[in-house]
Order: sequence, then C-alpha cells, then structure tokens
Amino acid sequence: MTIGDHVADRVEQVPPSGIRRFFELAEEMDDVISLGVGEPDFSAPWAARTAAIDSLERGKTSYTSNRGMRELREAISERVTRYGQEYDPDSEILVTTGASEAVDLAFRAFVEDGDVVAIPQPSYISYTPGALFAGGDPLPVPTSAEDEFKLTPEALEAAGADEADVLVLCYPNNPTGAVMTEDELAAVAEFVEEHDLVVFSDEIYADLRYEDSHASIVTHPGMRERTVVFNGFSKAYAMTGLRLGYAMGPPEAIDAMNKIHQYGMLSAPTTAQYAAIEALRSCDDEVEEMRREYDRRRRFVISRFREMGMDCFEAKGAFYVFPEVPDGDDEAFAEGLLEAQNVALVPGSVFGEGGEGHLRVSYATSMRELREAMDRIEAYVNG
Amino acid sequence: MDKQSLLDLLRRDARESVDDMARQLGADADAVAAALEELEDDGVVRGYQAVVDWNKVDEEVVRAQVEVDVELDRDTGYDQIARRIARFPEVGTLRLVSGDYDFFIEVEGDSMQGISKFISERIAPLPEVTKTVTHFVMDSYKEEGIELGDGDDDDRLSVSP
Ligand SMILES: Cc1ncc(COP(=O)(O)O)c(C=O)c1O
Repeated sequence: MTIGDHVADRVEQVPPSGIRRFFELAEEMDDVISLGVGEPDFSAPWAARTAAIDSLERGKTSYTSNRGMRELREAISERVTRYGQEYDPDSEILVTTGASEAVDLAFRAFVEDGDVVAIPQPSYISYTPGALFAGGDPLPVPTSAEDEFKLTPEALEAAGADEADVLVLCYPNNPTGAVMTEDELAAVAEFVEEHDLVVFSDEIYADLRYEDSHASIVTHPGMRERTVVFNGFSKAYAMTGLRLGYAMGPPEAIDAMNKIHQYGMLSAPTTAQYAAIEALRSCDDEVEEMRREYDRRRRFVISRFREMGMDCFEAKGAFYVFPEVPDGDDEAFAEGLLEAQNVALVPGSVFGEGGEGHLRVSYATSMRELREAMDRIEAYVNG
Repeated sequence: MDKQSLLDLLRRDARESVDDMARQLGADADAVAAALEELEDDGVVRGYQAVVDWNKVDEEVVRAQVEVDVELDRDTGYDQIARRIARFPEVGTLRLVSGDYDFFIEVEGDSMQGISKFISERIAPLPEVTKTVTHFVMDSYKEEGIELGDGDDDDRLSVSP
C-alpha cells in the first residue's frame, strides 16, 4: 500500500492545470518576455509596506480574531460603500487568506454533494476545481466574443443554468477583461431570482475598470440576501504575496464560512492585516496611479493587436485582453510564439469553453517590455 | 486631445514614439503630434533630458547644491538677481524658495575645487549676495522620480493564474 493509492476521488478527478503546463514550458527558456502573469508588476504601496514593517517592530505577531481585526473590517465596510455595498463589520465581513480562501470557503459552506454550480466560461481557473473539491457538479456556461464575454440570461438558459444551485460571477473578468454594467447585471439578477440561485460574486478586480466604475450584482433587488461577495488586496493594491482578501454576505453566510475558517485557518495573516488597514486608509492615490498606467497599456496593447490584424474586443477591466488567434488554434499559437519569439502568454482554452481560439494577454508588465513583446508577436504573426 | 494625459505620458517616458503615445491615449497620431508641437510652442514643454545615474559613468561629475542669501534694495528684485545667476553655464537649476535662504542652486563641474572656485569667484561677490552655503552631493538615490541603484528583479512566476 502507498498513500498515493488513497488520494480521494474528489481530488483525483481534477485534471492538472493548463496554466501549470505553460509555466513549465516558459521556465525552460531564457530571455522570455511574459504576458502570462496574473499579478501586478508593481509592489504594494510603500505606506502599506511600512505599516506592515511597523507592526512587526511593535511585535504584532499573534493571531487576530477569527473574522479579522475589527479595525480592518470597519475600513472594509466603509470602503465598499463606494460600490453601493453595505456590510456590517461585526457580522457580515470575514477577512481571509487571499480571496482564494474566501472562494474555497464559500464552496465548502454552500455546496452539497451533487449541487450544480454554474460557472460562466472562460473563467478564472479556481472555480471548477473548487466546486469539485466540495462535491459539486460544475456546469460550464459558455460566453462568447460576440457578447464581449458578458453573461446573458440567454447564455444561462442555453447552458441549463435554470437547474443550477449556485452561480459564480467574476466581473471584471479574469481571463477576458470583460465587465458588466448595471443593466446587464439587472438581467442576470432577474434570472437568478426566478430560478432561486445562490450567487458567488468575485469582485477582486473592482477597482480596475477603465471606462466606468464598478457595478455589483448585490445592489440589485433581491440579490444581497442570496450573494457572497469576494474581494481582496492582491490586484488593486498589488499585495498578492501578502495573501489577504475578504468575503461579505448576510450574517448566516459569514457565520457558516467562519465556522470552516476558524478551524482551517484560525485567522488571516496578521502582518498583512496591518498593511491592508493602511492601504485602505491612505493609498487611493497609488491605486489610481496604477490604474492609469494599466489603462495606457491596455489601449496600447489593443491597438497593436488590431493593427496587426488580430480581432481584439475592447476589454474594459482587470489587466487582461483576450484577442482572437488568426487561425483559431490557441494552443499551437501560444507554443509556437514561445518557441519562435520567447513570448509567453496563456492559450484561452485553459480557461474553459469559449476560451478556445483566444489568448489571455496580461498587460501587468512594463511598457518597455510590452512594446518589445508586441513587436515579437507581430513578427510571429507575419512570419 | 487631453494635454494633461499627454504631459503625464511625457513625464514618464519622453522618448516614446508619437504612434505609441497615440495608442496609449486612444488618440489619433496626428492629434498627438499637433498637441506636442503646441506644448513646445507655448513653452509648456521646455525640453527633454535623460535621467543619468552618474555612479555608472566612468567620467567624474561633481555636483553641489548651493543655498544663497541675498539682500534686496530699492532697485534690485529677485528676478534681476536670478537672471544674473542663471546665465552662468555652471548653474543647472535655480529656484527661489521659502525658508532660511532665498535661492537654491544646483551646480555641476569637474571637481570640487572648480565648483568652490565658481561659487567664491562668481556667485559670492555679486553685490546682493550676503551668504552662500555649498553642499556637495555625495550620492544620489532617486532622481526625477526614478530610483537609482540596481533596482529590484521581477521575481514573479512567468506564468500564473
Ligand atoms: C478572479 C480572481 N479571483 C481570485 C484571485 C485570487 O486572489 P488572491 O490573491 O486574493 O487569493 C485571482 C488571482 O489571480 C483572480 O484572478
């Protein structure tokens, strides 16, 4: 007997990540410019880093309360009012180890064996495994380039999501950069209400919208009471390595998630919580400066793709664009590009149905590298 | 064409091509070229310079910051004195500032001796100048918003979710 024979089916059934494969290919090569990175190229704002250092100097190295420091929950509660969200810091907010933990907690807290979890595709790669680990049954809901990868009631209907128990939303979206407006969310909210779904809304890219401000499904009638929102500090505050996020929802939802969190995690990293308080308190200008820089790069990258004859819809959020591959085979294109021009990006099919034939191009990379990368992509396309 | 956005771009990297600037601004290349010309003609943009880390250059360059006190009289104002000081090619920067002294000067030269000589023979003797304090620059860590030194490596994973 070896322990390997005893890996649970729930775990075995999940295939290896396609991103991982590309990571390994890229790691084997030198002089790679990577447009495959899903995290900011900036460091966390200095004020936030200083707050973390100060907290260490003052010896703040113990656990915090399970739900996170009260001061941080208050700051979060105050912050999210700008998205039209109202959450009570005592009973409706849970600070987690990255939004990743919040996503995992939600699956474990709300998904019963065999529950159907509708996941719009292409999608961030954690949701399907998260649903499977919890015993759920993922239901892909393909979205398409014609709809700018927005989710519509028609797409939900066509995929059979009326029978689902949970719907996962992620706008602004990884990997497409798609956003949803209030009206578009209202149509989804109607579908959700009619078919009585629970909603997980991953809004980690809320602050990275370039044409308008963030819209959240929870502000629509009947949605707040059935929704858990995930957010965090990784993207807008460039704090990925500090591992800090949060979940917000009605008290019973947060109680249920906290029940798992208190045994599985105890509390989110204390040092990161100090950094996050300062980030919320004083780093708006830095966030805006980064957002403006991303916006310039976004426009640049979209223009270059269009000029080289590749279709590229206008992604308005996160830090990704999702152009179409000329001959349709995204895996071959991505591998060929890496081999011929040492540029790494991620083939769209890694992100599920609707992603095939596209590439996820991250512009969380300096203008200098982007310019060189786009020149190389153009050479590859023309070559 | 939003001039402020164009200025933001130029201040980050003035060497970008007009085409690349246009792409980032979502504007027409012709419009960007015209706006640029206007900024130059109106004297808003006075020039473009490189930010140099002199530690990485073999040739020795000595720089000093000089505080200058002056005494005004009925016929002479700050502007007149400033004009006289600014004309010296050794003076790279000249500003009127608030606080303990009046003018702040940045001077560049080949040697400390040369700079000392320049201050004592050219600046200090000006009739309105009552006092100068010279600070030689020993090292520089940040110039024009750019941190000098070896910088941080990008240690992110090359491909991540
Ligand atoms: C859509 C989305 N949700 C969640 C995460 C995870 O974020 P965190 O670092 O807060 O765990 C990511 C990171 O790539 C993401 O893109």
